[in-house]
Amino acid sequence: MRIPILKLHDLLLVSIQVVLDDKSALELQEDLLQKIHATNAEGVVLDLTSLDMIDSFIAKVLGDMVSMAELMGAKVVLTGIQPAVAITLIELGISLPHIMTALDLEKGIELLKDNGVVHP
Amino acid sequence: MIKVEIVKIQQELDIVMARQKGREMSKLIGFGAVDQARITTAVSELARNIYLYAGTGEITFEPIEENNKIGVKISAIDKGPGIEDIKKALEDGYTTSGGLGAGVPGVKRLMDEFFIDSTVGVGTTVIVKKWHKK
Ligand SMILES: Nc1ncnc2c1ncn2[C@@H]1O[C@H](COP(=O)(O)OP(=O)(O)OP(=O)(O)O)[C@@H](O)[C@H]1O
Ligand SMILES: [Mg+2]
Repeated sequence: MRIPILKLHDLLLVSIQVVLDDKSALELQEDLLQKIHATNAEGVVLDLTSLDMIDSFIAKVLGDMVSMAELMGAKVVLTGIQPAVAITLIELGISLPHIMTALDLEKGIELLKDNGVVHP
Repeated sequence: MIKVEIVKIQQELDIVMARQKGREMSKLIGFGAVDQARITTAVSELARNIYLYAGTGEITFEPIEENNKIGVKISAIDKGPGIEDIKKALEDGYTTSGGLGAGVPGVKRLMDEFFIDSTVGVGTTVIVKKWHKK
């Protein structure tokens, strides 16, 4: 099952609602870049509220996805990272330093507005 | 009584299986949300290393008990190529596969006890434990 990518005005919204295996993570990476290309979206909000863990592989895929989207000209915000997930990520030694994050989807969209990516 | 569980790692989806077993077991033993995430993440790293470097292997989950604490012991065992330089593998950022090199050192930090033994041409064994008070 592919993870759905929704278009809302000039934004793409992705909410991961499945158990994220390696294959789905890589498919999402590819699908998202294709969708950015197809829609000319300049902003993406990727909601991770349902993820109960992020290991080094998934972190790498997410980080790469953000860099790749940026290369194409789209800004990505990661939202909803759970407390337990944030703690384990830092303990793993992964801090995702150059990545925009927000508490939830709504704040993620706001952040893109503040950065001039989305026009209100 | 919580049963000992074994997950064989043979294909990529077995990483998810192992993760789920780790989560299930840590819940049963009574770990809180953060420790559950630590254990699940450690299992995911160990399972992926088996899948990636050895191809196949297995992960065993055992409930453990000592004095006034209980916990879980997780053994990840493979008969793969082994690790040439264990000291390097324990360093943050060391990878032979273009990964982040966060797996082995990360697992060590996430768990309370960590043991690794690896022989080139023979295989790799990683045993970790996580404890909590009864
Ligand atoms: N079970 C194993 N068998 C053989 N080599 C291993 C095994 N586990 C780890 N290694 C070696 O140790 C190195 C470090 O492992 P580690 O998990 O820390 O990083 P990685 O797998 O390269 O990247 P990441 O886990 O961050 O995605 C690996 O690149 C690999 O060379
Ligand atoms: Mg690894």
